[in-house]
Amino acid sequence: MHALLTVFAKEVLENLRDRRTLVSALLFGPLFGPILFGAMVSRMLNQGVIESDEPLSITISGGERAPNLERYLESQGVRLHAEALSESAARARVRKDGVLVLLVPADFAPRFEQARPAPVFVVADSSDSQTRKGADRLHALLAGYASGIAQLRLQVRGVDPLLAVPIAVNDIDVTTPSGRAVVVLGFMTYFVLFSVLMGGLYLAIDCTAGERERGSLESLLSLPVARAALVGGKILATCAYMCLSLAINLAAFVFVFRFVPLERLGMSANLGVGTALEFFAICLPFVPLGAALMTLVASFTRSYREAQTYLTSVLLVPTLPIAFASIYSLKTKSSLMVIPSLSQHLLMTSVLKDEPISAADVFVSSGSALLLALVLIVLTARHWRRESMLG
Amino acid sequence: MIEAAALRKRFGSVEAVREVSFCASDGSITGLLGPNGAGKSTTLRMLYGVLRPDGGSARIDGLDIRGETSAARAHLGVLPHAAGLYGNLTGRENIAYFGSLHGIARRRLAERITELCRALDMQSFLDRRAKGFSQGQRIKVALARALVHDPANVILDEPTNGLDVMAIRNLREILSNLRSQGRCIVFSSHVMQEVSALCDHVVIIGRGNVLAQGTLQEIRERSGTAGGRAGGSATLEEAFLEILGDTQGLA
Repeated sequence: MHALLTVFAKEVLENLRDRRTLVSALLFGPLFGPILFGAMVSRMLNQGVIESDEPLSITISGGERAPNLERYLESQGVRLHAEALSESAARARVRKDGVLVLLVPADFAPRFEQARPAPVFVVADSSDSQTRKGADRLHALLAGYASGIAQLRLQVRGVDPLLAVPIAVNDIDVTTPSGRAVVVLGFMTYFVLFSVLMGGLYLAIDCTAGERERGSLESLLSLPVARAALVGGKILATCAYMCLSLAINLAAFVFVFRFVPLERLGMSANLGVGTALEFFAICLPFVPLGAALMTLVASFTRSYREAQTYLTSVLLVPTLPIAFASIYSLKTKSSLMVIPSLSQHLLMTSVLKDEPISAADVFVSSGSALLLALVLIVLTARHWRRESMLG
Repeated sequence: MIEAAALRKRFGSVEAVREVSFCASDGSITGLLGPNGAGKSTTLRMLYGVLRPDGGSARIDGLDIRGETSAARAHLGVLPHAAGLYGNLTGRENIAYFGSLHGIARRRLAERITELCRALDMQSFLDRRAKGFSQGQRIKVALARALVHDPANVILDEPTNGLDVMAIRNLREILSNLRSQGRCIVFSSHVMQEVSALCDHVVIIGRGNVLAQGTLQEIRERSGTAGGRAGGSATLEEAFLEILGDTQGLA
């Protein structure tokens, strides 16, 4: 036990002096999520404003052939920029400047007068989400204009225009504010687990591959100290950094949510200090699991660089169950609580949704994570006892 | 005292060590001499117990390194071939870390580091981060780390590698001092001058076997007769090449 604590203290101190570890464990790892998240939500807010408030702006060619249509569009708040363009010139313009072009061809007026379908062309780049939204709005406006004209024509011919409206479609959106919030906040649980792993990533490398690369491993292995104590101390130090990273991450999230007006998106998120503490408790059993997994993987590598390569894929491991769950849209079930990372995700999501959490679920979630951690720690210690550890 | 009895080790199809036996006594320096790849490092690694021998045994002060590993290691200081330090720790912290892992109490440890600092002349750099150390400074701290628990036996794997002339002279002096304190020292080298300048007992290893062993004088005499010359006239280098040449002829 004394040896274990000695190793622990030394690893904590040594890495506290390592700028690379500090930047990744205490800066990049934990702050990446909250910053990205804040930026993402702010952008969503701005886009929401653009969609509803900003007038639609289009380039129109041949507008003089359809003065009524022009007047109608202007009355609907559309800004028109007249510019004579051929069809191919319009395509090039759209591709180059990302504008939205309405082409009124020469046969529009004669066909319109004959009450034949009069063609117009909407030229847009559908891979650009902004232009696509504009095109959708233009379509809706054109459809409105067309149905107005159609009804007038029917009326003139003495037909009830309502005959041409066989179905009245009504949309009822049942999304609740907190439900919509969870869709967005679903990302958040992954960022939390990511910060847990990032906190220990460089420590796990430094304690194993780093020790080998520096050439200090053999001296360490020739000491009269049980290998399990060495491994235990190293994993414990990794856990300490992971907990620190998690704490910084959650604090940053609480901070960011102070400034992001989620209510304006029609969301309510109850992320205060209390929620953060609950998150911390939920993620705590995941810490030794992540530490043991990263240390085990890094123990097989020969150099810092090699370890980095492998551990970057380990960072993706917790996404797999979460992605799987969202593809199959799994609901919170007790049987899912045995899967680490997924169980933490589900529990955190329940906290966000203000749903009650059963003690049994928490017990199974922590128990399975800790049990798996124990298995991995034993495997790591066994690997360290092997001769191949010398490299 | 360090005893190797019929040590044997194979890695896959390569027989790194076929049969190595020798006895290094207290108050003397034993040199393992041999070309690269002869099995010196593998032999030493079995002596300090990081490799498991396929046959034979190794004893430190009579304690079996496999059966009584911890007790045997408490009597043993090791300077492996790769003796890297922790760059973000100071020299003192590097030594203290190993001392603490040996279970030495804090006060005693501080005294011991002061002793080692004086003996190895490390005052000027002991409290600097190890990152910026010269090769000579690094080897001193690594040696102090190996000696922190005051072991009666010391194993060094090619300790002079990468050192300049001054540092080598310095190390030689340190090893002589350790001998005069009555310790048992085993080191490996492929440099003749090191061995002839320091060793009381020489073990020549080639292709995993002990080809010859004895005092410097005995080695020279043995090869002298083998070469048909007057006894004792050959240098160690001539003797070494001749002994090695024997087996190369055989193999």
